[in-house]
Amino acid sequence: MQQTQLMAAPADAATSSISLRGVSKAFGPVRAVRDLDLEIRQGEVVAFLGPNGAGKTSTIDMILGLSQPSTGQVRVLGMAPHEAIRRGLVAAVMQTGGLLKDLTVAETVAYTASLYPTTAPVADVLRRAGIAEIGDRLVGKCSGGEQQRLRFAMALLPDPALLLLDEPTTGMDVEGRRAFWTAIRSDAARGRTVLFATHYLEEADAYADRIVLVSKGRVVADGSAAEVKKLASGRTVRATIPNPDEQALKAIPLVDAVEIRGDSVLLHSRDTDEVARHLLTRTDARDLEITSRGLEDAFLALTRDEPVATTGALA
Amino acid sequence: MSTIDLSARRTPPLGGFNATILGLELRRMLRNRRTVIFTLIMPVALFLIIGLNSKYVHESAGRGNVSAYVMISLAVYGAVLATTSGGAMVSLERALGWSRQLRLTPLSSTAYIALRMAVALALGLASILVVYAVGIATGKASMPLWVWITTAAIGWVGSLVFAAFGLFMGYLLPSENVMQILGPVMAGLAALGGLWFPLQDGSTIQQVAQFTPMYGLAELARVPLTGGTVEIGWVVNILAWLVIFAVGAAWRFRKDTARV
Repeated sequence: MQQTQLMAAPADAATSSISLRGVSKAFGPVRAVRDLDLEIRQGEVVAFLGPNGAGKTSTIDMILGLSQPSTGQVRVLGMAPHEAIRRGLVAAVMQTGGLLKDLTVAETVAYTASLYPTTAPVADVLRRAGIAEIGDRLVGKCSGGEQQRLRFAMALLPDPALLLLDEPTTGMDVEGRRAFWTAIRSDAARGRTVLFATHYLEEADAYADRIVLVSKGRVVADGSAAEVKKLASGRTVRATIPNPDEQALKAIPLVDAVEIRGDSVLLHSRDTDEVARHLLTRTDARDLEITSRGLEDAFLALTRDEPVATTGALA
Repeated sequence: MSTIDLSARRTPPLGGFNATILGLELRRMLRNRRTVIFTLIMPVALFLIIGLNSKYVHESAGRGNVSAYVMISLAVYGAVLATTSGGAMVSLERALGWSRQLRLTPLSSTAYIALRMAVALALGLASILVVYAVGIATGKASMPLWVWITTAAIGWVGSLVFAAFGLFMGYLLPSENVMQILGPVMAGLAALGGLWFPLQDGSTIQQVAQFTPMYGLAELARVPLTGGTVEIGWVVNILAWLVIFAVGAAWRFRKDTARV
């Protein structure tokens, strides 16, 4: 599989927020991360995407110093990950767990705050996170949304220079999601780097400066949303064809890939006009729709098991 | 675009260990009904049932009476249960992902272990003091003042062995309710240690029991009362088990941090 470097990242480890060089991580015979290089500058908002098992979690664990790379070097803000953690420069918000059920919300924040030499006042943090009124409630009695707000409050206590987020907006409504990203963007403007993993591709599209797509332990695309989308070139023709014949469809000139869902057929091509003309004149296809490919298509094309014809345009 | 001033950031003193977390951890222990029942209420209840038996009040044992002997035994039992519970809390914290969360803060792993040990010993001390306070209040246990003090001190310091045991088990057993597994084990060890009833000297059971982890501590804690000579075997027993549990805990701890 080809690796695509659209961004010529400056390789200055002293100013990089995250610097991974030739990083591999093996668990016995399983190679979760393979020779991964990644430079992320301070103040960037980066979406970290990839299918399950692509090596996202393993990579994040190494950035957080929770595990050591088998080979290669990981630097965070120019230091070893655990040094950056000890200085309160890195924080992470995980989706589940990480809370004691038998402490109250305010106690949990006070506990975390006491571990740092300096933090914002606990009362202020509770208020900004919108959990001041439930400060006396036991964490075990809080809803999932309240627990997530508590995790954010804890992460923001030390004013981290790097924030890692795992599926940050799961369970938020549209308004909450928009407010969340506005806050994240304004923190990034002050120099905070944010790396987030998400399944909402439109969110990565809308809010990330940069998208890093990993598959099978490697970076397969790295660039702005527009650049990554361009990698999956061409458009899709959708048509209704009774009893479609896959072999015949694949034989149509310029068709790169064929998907059949019952009577519905999806044809991917760089020249969809020609394909549409063919369908309308030589077959009994009807209800044609032509759509350009989005981030989701790029995601699928770039992380597919076998490289499809479209990836020929990558290298 | 601005950047955050990295040079202004410091690391906390003592690896992050501080009075706030110690206080909050103690409050957590006291919120746990199970812990309170088994380490503070049960030893007292057993003393009220067994120790105040008029037969024991009037029977002498070394420098005091059998009531005092029973009181010391139950206080030691409460203390070792308390320190085991305190150490074993790491199991719950691993299951909840809290230990992982703490690794994303400046709290060092040494400070975390020290915190667990301090909380365990504080609860162990509370357990001993509660039993002794009831012993004083009921006025039936009788022994010289210096024996009250030395037996309490030996029981407390010796319970450190079981803080290490709890830590070892906490890292070994991935469970939110590790004490439910350890409860029966502790009761069995207490029987072999002679905390429930005195073991017949030279009996087969005593021959085996002297190598079990509570035996040395139970004998040593009661010796100021019974007035016998301190046997070197008791001290060896205590130190050997301390080393075994501490090495076991360190081994599992390393495995844990390598994987999480």
